[in-house]
Amino acid sequence: MNFGAAVYTLWLREMRRFLRNRSRLVGSMAMPALFLLVLGSGFGGFFRYRNDVSYIQFIGPGIIAMSLLFSSMFGGLNLLWDKQFGFFKEILVAPVSRMGIMAGKTLGTVTTSMIKGSVFLVGLMVAGLVRLEVFGLLLALVFMFLISAAFVSLGIAFASRMNDPQGFQLVMSFLIMPVFFLSGTLYPTEGLPLWLWTLTYLNPLTYGVDGLRFALGSAYNLSPLVNLAVIAAFWAVTTIAGSLLFRRMTA
Amino acid sequence: MLRAPTIDSGGRVSTIIAIEGLTKKFGNLTALNDVHLNVEASELLGLLGPNGAGKTTLISILATILPSTSGGASVCGHDVHREQHAVRKCIGIVFQDPSLDDELTGRENLDFHGRLYGMDAGARLIRVEDVLRLVDLSDRGNDLVKTYSGGMRRRLEIARGLMHHPRVLFLDEPTLGLDPQTRRKIWDYIRALRDTFRMTIVLTTHYMDEADQLCTRIAIMDRGEIVALDTPDGLKARMGGDVLELEMTGAHQEFLEGLCRMQEVEDMAVEDEKLILTVVNAESFIPKAFQAAQEQEIQIRSVSMRKPNLEDVFIKLTGREIRDESAPDAKTRMRIYMGRKRR
Repeated sequence: MNFGAAVYTLWLREMRRFLRNRSRLVGSMAMPALFLLVLGSGFGGFFRYRNDVSYIQFIGPGIIAMSLLFSSMFGGLNLLWDKQFGFFKEILVAPVSRMGIMAGKTLGTVTTSMIKGSVFLVGLMVAGLVRLEVFGLLLALVFMFLISAAFVSLGIAFASRMNDPQGFQLVMSFLIMPVFFLSGTLYPTEGLPLWLWTLTYLNPLTYGVDGLRFALGSAYNLSPLVNLAVIAAFWAVTTIAGSLLFRRMTA
Repeated sequence: MLRAPTIDSGGRVSTIIAIEGLTKKFGNLTALNDVHLNVEASELLGLLGPNGAGKTTLISILATILPSTSGGASVCGHDVHREQHAVRKCIGIVFQDPSLDDELTGRENLDFHGRLYGMDAGARLIRVEDVLRLVDLSDRGNDLVKTYSGGMRRRLEIARGLMHHPRVLFLDEPTLGLDPQTRRKIWDYIRALRDTFRMTIVLTTHYMDEADQLCTRIAIMDRGEIVALDTPDGLKARMGGDVLELEMTGAHQEFLEGLCRMQEVEDMAVEDEKLILTVVNAESFIPKAFQAAQEQEIQIRSVSMRKPNLEDVFIKLTGREIRDESAPDAKTRMRIYMGRKRR
């Protein structure tokens, strides 16, 4: 069976499950929405960045990234559920290459994450909180894809080394939340204590958030090319790591 | 190296599975120890043994999902290590544990399988309906699998295993945890597959009656080895006599040893107050046993005679009983094996 057909089959399954579970869709978007609305409005009164950027405009692109981060990493959790329910065996015993399975699974989760991220993007557009410009929006989609694909691979890499979905809770607490909090989404990076500044700039998501800010006309710090290079490099690393670990996975 | 498959007069490969010196170790545990076995086309072979005998390990290696430690095997003429994809295309497998996607419908599960096995859209459409009909699930095909009962899931898994027209079907404990009625129904489907499609089927089970009723040949496995390989009748004939069960009070070692020395007695086991004997000439043995009991003031409360079953064969071969640990009403029984007499 050819590689493309395997990818499509796995992708199609993700889509069917996604469309069937609208409640899960709403559930996974609740947290970023809460951050956006509550923090955005709550701090809005006394935050004005570089004279003309409101707090909700400041965190908006980061909230898109947050939604991508959460739903992408949860792709790894889905893999663990497949393992738990035995469905993973059905996939492994099929005459299909492991890389086809990995690519299909990744693409499926990236698609669903991008849909969720796009809901926030459209919401911000409707609310007039982002700059409406074709090049900027296309660039935003590129950043969104890279962020999502990188974290899906990272989630799969972690899931490959785990056996039960409960363990993934740890990843959630010790990886996903810190990565989000240290991404510079909620605070400007000027004048940070050195330790916090260091951690923020060691975090690949920081570059994704900054890139999205540039693309959507919010306040950014680094050149978009630097941001693009870092997040693309991160994507390459997690994809290689994820593939290597996934290949060794057994049912 | 593997022996070349034997070719019958029609030019077809008649040996469809060849296993040569297969060994699998998990750390210190030897799950399979130098297993040799050939399975002929359209056989319905049962791997019978207690939990942990190595049945699932053997099937997993044949299905290419587990590498062996040493030795080799081929399925449909393809080596299970070097030609994984070719093997996978020619086999279907129903795992011991459920492996369906609960959030998809029955038809979608089958369609997914067809796609993974490279079937085109037209072939899939026809085949999905065919296999659903085969397991009587046509009317539930559009329901989500999470609404299915245990028996329906099992049937859907069998249907899925058949989607891509495999030549060999592996069934790992196909009726585990199902009620008697559903079990019987699944047996009917399995028989139909063999009779109608001449499919080669290898199933594992620890149910004696299942092996006895379904299989054309049975490999009894214990502690990673095949301890006997024969037809159900052939295995039972090995007992060399009828099984006699004596219930008595006050039996002691001396009495048992006396019985053991009688020439009619082939085999003996004690289970609580019950004495289970394999005897060649029950008619002449029974009076002798009663006489001996009387002399030693032992009371025999009941006698029953029956043909030997596979359970007896298993005990004779291994000195232990296959116990069904999953059945809630299974009595925990202890059989003390008395040693085997050979002529």
